[in-house]
Amino acid sequence: MRSRARTSSSTRSKTLTPPELTSASVPPVGPEDHIRGEGREAILYLDLACPHCAATWAQLSGLPLRLVFRHFPVASKHPRAPALHAAAEAAALQGSEEAFWALVDSIYRDQGRVDDPHLWERASGLGFDVERFDRDRRSTALAERVRRDFEGGIRAGVVATPAAFLDGAAVAGDLASELAL
Amino acid sequence: MIAVGEKAPDFSLPNHKGEQVSLSDFRGRRVMLAFYPSDFSPVCSDQLSIYQEVKPSLDEAGLEVVGISIDHSWAHRAFRKELNLDFTLLADFHPKGEIAERYGAYLPDYGTTNRSLVLIDPEGVVSWVYESPTPLEIPGANLLFDALEDTDTA
Repeated sequence: MRSRARTSSSTRSKTLTPPELTSASVPPVGPEDHIRGEGREAILYLDLACPHCAATWAQLSGLPLRLVFRHFPVASKHPRAPALHAAAEAAALQGSEEAFWALVDSIYRDQGRVDDPHLWERASGLGFDVERFDRDRRSTALAERVRRDFEGGIRAGVVATPAAFLDGAAVAGDLASELAL
Repeated sequence: MIAVGEKAPDFSLPNHKGEQVSLSDFRGRRVMLAFYPSDFSPVCSDQLSIYQEVKPSLDEAGLEVVGISIDHSWAHRAFRKELNLDFTLLADFHPKGEIAERYGAYLPDYGTTNRSLVLIDPEGVVSWVYESPTPLEIPGANLLFDALEDTDTA
């Protein structure tokens, strides 16, 4: 999606570092993505600390959709969000995608207790190897994994969460209503 | 809306600390004026949060983003704190909207700044502009980088 901006070549300025977050299509679904469900494919950009995302997540749970989860933590609004997204990726390293979804579902059911003691408790309750989970979630590789999703969303024009794409096009309006159609 | 190629009108407005900031303070750098309607509105909060998220990349690219609205310095101070913003917000509070008006980014019927972006080159000339179709539509952070790419001489 390119802007409808007006520009000029007559006022060119000095060359700067090439920008890396220019507009681009939403990244296609790939092997790195977390996917759940059957039906129409919807790519979702979500923030695990965003209350609107939690409400939408609950509304989407019964819909016949193939949900593709993309990380979009907005740290300035939700300082804990990047850590939660890294934790979700660490859950995925527990040996199955089910662990990823279990932690995501758990966080969206209760966004009120997500600091470390509570997070360890959740991980334990979900049957995770807590020591490994705690080590993995702090890794640079997982932070970069989360950031890749985030930057893909920025380039696709995501400006708030939750955001969704159907067939490569951004969904406007109330997501749960639109995705139910 | 101000046109590309025009000399950007200089101004002096108070920031969130009440200190006067002038456009000429940014001479020699590229600056993106981000006019937005109102501190704390949900849409404006989303817009400025997203810009904050990409600030390291903006810094790396040498672009200074400056937010301008008709809110008072005290409101800007609280808004920055609420959203953990660390870029400059300027108060076009009195006379209300005077600077936004000069840039064609004021909505007199609503008494607020219009959501729009103005890129000013190091020599103080407008090199790129964007006006949202409606104040509810946020220009994504991707557009900031598009603006740099579109006006770069690489």
